[in-house]
Amino acid sequence: MSAESLTAEPATTRFSSWRLLASNPVTVASIVVLGLIIAGALLAPWLAPYGANEINVANQLQPPSVEHWFGTDDLGRDIFSRVILAAGTSLTIAFAAVGFALLVGGGIGIVSGYFGGPTDAVLMRVVDIMFAFPVLLLALAIVAIFQPGIPTTIIAIGVVYTPIFARVARGSALSVRTSPFVQVSQTMGTPAVSILGRHVLPNISGPLIVQTSLSLAFAILSEAALSFLGLGVQPPDPSWGGMIFTAQGFLGLAWWMAIFPGAAIFVTALAFNLVGDGLRDVLDPRQRTIIEARRTA
Amino acid sequence: MRVSLGSVARFMGTRLLSSAIVLFGVVVVVFALIQLVPGDPVRLALGTRFDQEAYDALRAASGLDRPLVEQFFSYLGGVLTGDLGVSFRNGQPVVEILLSRLPATVSLAIPGLLIALLIAVPAGIWSALHEGKVSDGIVRVASQAGVSIPDFWLGLLLISLFAVRLGWLPSSGYVPIATDPAQWLRQVVLPATTVGIVAGAIMTRYIRAAVLEVAHAGFVRTAVSKGLAPGRVTFAHIVRNALVPVLTITGIQLATILGGVIVVEVVFAWPGLGRLVYDAVAARDYPVIQGAVLLIAMIFLAVNLVVDALYALVDPRIRLA
Repeated sequence: MSAESLTAEPATTRFSSWRLLASNPVTVASIVVLGLIIAGALLAPWLAPYGANEINVANQLQPPSVEHWFGTDDLGRDIFSRVILAAGTSLTIAFAAVGFALLVGGGIGIVSGYFGGPTDAVLMRVVDIMFAFPVLLLALAIVAIFQPGIPTTIIAIGVVYTPIFARVARGSALSVRTSPFVQVSQTMGTPAVSILGRHVLPNISGPLIVQTSLSLAFAILSEAALSFLGLGVQPPDPSWGGMIFTAQGFLGLAWWMAIFPGAAIFVTALAFNLVGDGLRDVLDPRQRTIIEARRTA
Repeated sequence: MRVSLGSVARFMGTRLLSSAIVLFGVVVVVFALIQLVPGDPVRLALGTRFDQEAYDALRAASGLDRPLVEQFFSYLGGVLTGDLGVSFRNGQPVVEILLSRLPATVSLAIPGLLIALLIAVPAGIWSALHEGKVSDGIVRVASQAGVSIPDFWLGLLLISLFAVRLGWLPSSGYVPIATDPAQWLRQVVLPATTVGIVAGAIMTRYIRAAVLEVAHAGFVRTAVSKGLAPGRVTFAHIVRNALVPVLTITGIQLATILGGVIVVEVVFAWPGLGRLVYDAVAARDYPVIQGAVLLIAMIFLAVNLVVDALYALVDPRIRLA
């Protein structure tokens, strides 16, 4: 067997993976729903019939109607417009925070798992320490340090999810490190950077993709919780969590104020979760545990 | 099976040591929290209530005017002796405040966890034993929905139905169980159900996965091929062996719920640790935030240690690994 064929990666199963994914109707439906939500968020400035802060006191607390599909709030603002305009903010925060966690946590995990030794021991102790804090508590502590707002929310959620990505990436990098094609590359003197880029990264991308989708679901929920508590997106900018906070005072009077923003959070998180589940079944059947266990609080 | 106490003790010794290292790291992070605040934390906390005398007194009490290293060792010493400083808001010792909030959190966490177990154990086992059937599909979708629902929204939906519309239960408030058990029960139903549904959904997925893993194991195939009655295989072999992972997820959930279901406590005006953290963050009461974060992390580590100990007693592979 030539050295070339030994260092070649195992035959890719990407094509069959996608076919498998497409054969799961729940995953396909979730991808379609997610596509619609993202398209709605991108086109919201053109789709929204009213401005997010267009106050019309004469029109306050109107139930859903042809003019106001989701009704109006206590200031007469159109809830449908606010829900779709808030989608962009929620998704931006979720993508930015998870992107941060993926880059930083994934990087830490790969270095830790691939090099092992004292680097691994130190980095994993740091990860253990971060795991000792419940997710929302750590996010709140970070918000307490800085001023509440969109950048702080991104940092808070990003930092909270970093150790999860570090653990997933480390576990995968560890198993790839001992595989024959990596060991042969090492023996041939290939520099670590190129082994990491050419062999390790592509082979651990499956678990990281799955983790990204699941984390996006939990990031949407975390952002909504922070905004509900008044510590995330700040009014008058619309946010799903913030809208539910306002709705608390009108539960008996205007059910629509709480129902629609809550349904938006629920459907978005559910879609990300179901896509993550579908991807997991195809790419990495044993994953999911860490992030889900830490969902409450 | 005879359990060798020596091996359990050795295993626990190692676990205690690594927990102590993590705990030290937690203290460093908690200490760093106030140091990372841009500007003067005492001034920020006082906000519009600023007056020079109060400022000087708080600053001296917090020790923030001393060198960093000295502050750290003083904080560490305080942690070891149970002195976590005083609140910036009212000067009350932080430990006193934390202890006054703990009973409310515990009295929400236990019924919440019980509801979660009542949902998750039957649903998870049923779903796994009927893998691929319609009932399994229903349980899987329902648990996925439970995982995706924002808990504060679920709480508000329950309030809106059972308190506002039907008037069966109070929408919020808390009475200690010792003062008025009946009123406590009426008030705990909605928050505990909210906590229980979300935690139950998470646990259902775990229990299903744990039971499935055991059901596919070699010794179960052997038991079936030996001709054992299906009921005996299910309970004596599958469910019993799936208990270890179930114990783990129950421990993690208990620790997480005890750590303060922050938004649920806020929605239901439940005066526990979660609500305390929220109020302290809003008021920038840093010593209370530090104390609460430290206590919650300690609870988390302690529950994990207990779970590990039970684990080692139940499963010899763990302590011998």
